[in-house]
Amino acid sequence: MSDAAVPPAAAPVPVTLLRIFIEFLIIGGTSFGGVVPYLRGGLVTRTGWLDDREFVEMLSICQSLPGLNATNMAVLVGQKLRGPLGALVAIVAMCLPGALLMYIVGIFYRQHGDHAAVTGALKGVAAAAVGLILSTVVQLGKKSLDSSADFIFVVVTVVAVMGFHVSVPVALLGVGAAAILWHRPKAPTP
Amino acid sequence: MSEIPALARVFSYLSLLTVGGGMAAFPELQDQAVHVHGWLTDKQLIHLYSVGQLAPGPNMMMIVAIGQWAGGLAGALVVLAAFFGPTAVLAYGVAAVWKRLESWPWRTSIQKGLAPVSIGLLLAGGLTMAKGAVTGTLTATVATVVLIILLRFKVNPALLVIGGGAFGFLVMQ
Repeated sequence: MSDAAVPPAAAPVPVTLLRIFIEFLIIGGTSFGGVVPYLRGGLVTRTGWLDDREFVEMLSICQSLPGLNATNMAVLVGQKLRGPLGALVAIVAMCLPGALLMYIVGIFYRQHGDHAAVTGALKGVAAAAVGLILSTVVQLGKKSLDSSADFIFVVVTVVAVMGFHVSVPVALLGVGAAAILWHRPKAPTP
Repeated sequence: MSEIPALARVFSYLSLLTVGGGMAAFPELQDQAVHVHGWLTDKQLIHLYSVGQLAPGPNMMMIVAIGQWAGGLAGALVVLAAFFGPTAVLAYGVAAVWKRLESWPWRTSIQKGLAPVSIGLLLAGGLTMAKGAVTGTLTATVATVVLIILLRFKVNPALLVIGGGAFGFLVMQ
């Protein structure tokens, strides 16, 4: 056989802004129940824009920064593919479907939110959402709390915000600083 | 009496509190939107947040509804820009630097230190919501069942939220 066209693996084909828009519109419009698996499916499996290692690394950056994973990931991936415009297109597309939906839901809820049937359904939805938040707490806790000190930091944060009505930024800076110092690098680096 | 400047101020402030997820900002969101500005009631906030869990995409899109109520279409757009703009700019600027700091020992310290705080903020947000949403045996049962199912099985959470809604529709009217 001849050495016929095998494209070089890392051919830098520039991704168009339209492709970025469409891909993030799909993720933003289909990611029901949590965005991370859909991000992975779109960015790693479907388009191959990221490999698994890059994906995990970007996600961990997103998690240490303020901002939602969905929009921070859109910014980072858009930036990687097409710079500032890519980031802008990605975040807009990511937000568009959910924002449109909630805009309509908001208007509908304001007009019909106090009908008995709607109220009943909303009570159930809200209770289920509490269960969902608590399950996220447990899952994240299992993954990233590895000492009793960490549990103390969790408790102090909760008690500060809930019990003493310390505002979230104060708790964040105060407990955050203490926790970062607690986890300070052990040995001086050469 | 335009609420637009207040919306811009409040939501750009909330934006910077969302360390580890949108829920971290929930107690402040409640304080500002309900108690300080009166854009909606406690109950409406909880309902909107919960229904927002059924929408695809970033899970704080319920803020669009708050913006729409307080300031119409302009209010909705201002809220979106204020809530997602600051963190987007920060992510854009920091990510490149952060990647280069891979060998900086404090990087791991920051990640490890922020983890328990962001979990604490998430839990505080969840408990703040639970105060308004878990009001009796039925709602407590729904919350517990959803929690247990999600911890034991791999189910799409949106389905369980819909299930909670169907249950509420049938028995909580």
